Amino acid sequence: MQIRPIFAALRRHRMASFLIAMEIALACAILCNALFMIINRVQLMQLQSGIDESRLVVVSITGVDANETADMAARMKAGFAGITGVESVAIANAVPFTPRAGEAGFRIKADDPHYNQQGHFYVGDVGFAKTLGLRLVAGRWFGPDDYGNVTSFLPASHTIMVDRSYAEHLWPGESALGKQVYAGDGSYQVVGIYDRLARPDPSVDATENTFVTGGLDGRGLSNVYVLRTAPDQRLRVLADARALVLRVAPTVVVDNDNTGTLSDLRRIYFASDRAMARLLIGVIAALLMVTALGIVGLASFWVGQRRKQIGVRRALGARRVDILRYFQIENFLIVSGGIAVGMVLTFGVNLLLMEKYELPRLPWIYLPTAAVALWVLGQLAVLAPALRAAAVPPVEATRSV
Amino acid sequence: MFGYYFDLALRSFKRSPVLTGLMVLAIAVGIGASMTTLTVMWLLSGDPLPGRSGHIYYPQLDPEQGADVRRNPPDMLDYTSAHDLWQSGKADRQALLIDSEIKVQPTQPGQSPFMAKLLGTTSDFFPMFGTPFRYGAAWSAADEARSARQTVISDTLNQRLFGGANSVGRDIILNGHNVRIVGVLAHWRPHPLFFMVVGARNSGGDTSSLYGPPQDVYLPLPTALDVHAGAGDFATFTCWAMPLGPGKDQRSSPCEWVSLWVELDTAVKAASYRRYLDDYDAQQRALGRLTHPANTRLMLLSQWLDYQRIVPSDVKLQNWFAFGFLAVCLFNTIGLLLAKFMRRSGEIGVRRALGASRRAIFAQCLVEASSIGLVGGAFGLLLTLLGLWVVRQQTVAYADLVTLDASMFLLTFVLAIVTSLLAGAFPALRASAVPPALQLKSQ
Repeated sequence: MQIRPIFAALRRHRMASFLIAMEIALACAILCNALFMIINRVQLMQLQSGIDESRLVVVSITGVDANETADMAARMKAGFAGITGVESVAIANAVPFTPRAGEAGFRIKADDPHYNQQGHFYVGDVGFAKTLGLRLVAGRWFGPDDYGNVTSFLPASHTIMVDRSYAEHLWPGESALGKQVYAGDGSYQVVGIYDRLARPDPSVDATENTFVTGGLDGRGLSNVYVLRTAPDQRLRVLADARALVLRVAPTVVVDNDNTGTLSDLRRIYFASDRAMARLLIGVIAALLMVTALGIVGLASFWVGQRRKQIGVRRALGARRVDILRYFQIENFLIVSGGIAVGMVLTFGVNLLLMEKYELPRLPWIYLPTAAVALWVLGQLAVLAPALRAAAVPPVEATRSV
Repeated sequence: MFGYYFDLALRSFKRSPVLTGLMVLAIAVGIGASMTTLTVMWLLSGDPLPGRSGHIYYPQLDPEQGADVRRNPPDMLDYTSAHDLWQSGKADRQALLIDSEIKVQPTQPGQSPFMAKLLGTTSDFFPMFGTPFRYGAAWSAADEARSARQTVISDTLNQRLFGGANSVGRDIILNGHNVRIVGVLAHWRPHPLFFMVVGARNSGGDTSSLYGPPQDVYLPLPTALDVHAGAGDFATFTCWAMPLGPGKDQRSSPCEWVSLWVELDTAVKAASYRRYLDDYDAQQRALGRLTHPANTRLMLLSQWLDYQRIVPSDVKLQNWFAFGFLAVCLFNTIGLLLAKFMRRSGEIGVRRALGASRRAIFAQCLVEASSIGLVGGAFGLLLTLLGLWVVRQQTVAYADLVTLDASMFLLTFVLAIVTSLLAGAFPALRASAVPPALQLKSQ
């Protein structure tokens, strides 16, 4: 099949070909960037929190009266532990997907006047690591001496545990064990490294910058209760736990926004990302549909316009498949032109998004993917009109319009 | 003439219903997508205080200590600075704001306690922001000064506690304290909730929560400090040293947790307030209370919202995508219209040969294009309504605000007609360039 005559014919339809190519170019830019954003959101939604999410139930309480006795936390904890099916209970200042509660600047050099690091300091009681299912990778868990009273937002203790990847970030090439973290008025020595524990509010910018400190149950640590149970027991345990709060401390208020199974809290946390991803999928679907219909429309028109020429070619010995190929190659050429412009446009749009919305750079792999998708779309769209063209009988050449 | 062109357009539609349908569809989905996102954008980037916002300012300074100096002053003030500036009374109106949650306790057996959003503020808040009252009025400055146990509540809370009846003069129990209701607000939903817009610029564009409803309980600031005592700290922007912790008087905490809004009715007053702010800042540094280099700001409400990048970045991104999509639809329609008009070269040639001017052909084609635009716009409107319904189903704070107002309704059709005229102009031009004789010959 010769390409030259196709080019010659295209030159007679410069404008229409150009328009379709531009449509393809724009579609390419939108497709790549939208796809990239969808995948970013989906990756964020699949984020590993490092805890046994399927086994956890969270009960957050607020509105604790000043005159509520100091042992309320202990009573509450004992009550939760007594619920059938609860394996263990922990009290914390926050867990992943609840509001952050221990965000603080800190430093890792004693004589540095600048608090130039920022992380989330979890405060957990003695049941924290076991209940959440943290995995120790180096050092040791907290011992009985490592828990302090929580009178400020950090406990009055002297030891701390750190996330593995965060430790590598803070002390690259060194063991974090034995290092000091200076936060607030105190300093904390790293005694253990856990595999992973995400921030309460993980995002693309920060996920793993977390520490765990040991706090004693009491007034300063009495708001977030984590119950570990079997996955199929969670809903019943949640209902029992709510009922128990009413019995043990009728004057406190259950914070409904932050109470539920951890899977629920996670789902709610990512609701806006899920909505955005769905919306972008909708945009892509509509985009591909409009583009395909545009190609169908224009190709049908061209076929109608060239019936006589097609008849002549057929009469001169061209086979049906030659006619079919002609339209397919023509479409391929136009779409290719669009993709070439589209690639430049794609990077332009990506640069704009990077600058204005702090999106990451688009990996190059998206371009060939989008190109293949658009080529396939173009071929599918042109197939029906091309088949209709191939069905034009040679006798058409002899008919006047 | 128009009627004749319209009749020709109808005939043309009947002749190629599929092609026409495709064009209407392309315009409809393009319009539907872009009008949906544009309506949300319009809603979220609107003026929260129409008619007043031009006089509302937000003073800032840097009260922090220590080696770390910010480039921009913190988003809130420490108590001392805020209270000094407020007490000076240099502005036409001024209000201090602190916010938290507070427990509303049952007054009758059988009810259960719940948390309500609390705003501690000063009496100018209500006239300055033009809050509508359903019953009663704000507390007086004198009652505020003596820390009177008085409160203004929202209509939502009034509905919940008193079934919407006039509750002025009745008591509610807040964190163990009896407080008398002196005023009940009517429905008030400024969007964004501009006086709570703090830290938005550091939120990575996730600002949709700032479009939620305002607080339910309003207390005079001294009363709020008394009543809220023992229930933790008020919401804090940040601290430059360890906060004092629970049970301590937050007023001396090394933290920024107070906002000050001022009303300055003329440019002259704004300039003189700006000087006063600088003077205060300089004086406090001379006294040694402030140690960082001078870094004061006095932004207008609209500047503050821009600075905070208030419109959620997801919404802006959606808008970009929707208009990119509309551009694709536009190219699509141009291509199809071109095909349609050129297919009728013969007919156009005959009309030209019979004496129709180029202008007449051009007008005829544009009438056809804009009829397609009008029908596409009508379907686009339906799709916009559907799109907005989808937005309302999302769990975002602004979901209940999303409706199509009159201006957006009109804009839908304007956009549809403009789109189709834009799409029709080039093909019409090409069609009107068809020479009369040649076409007749080739037939």
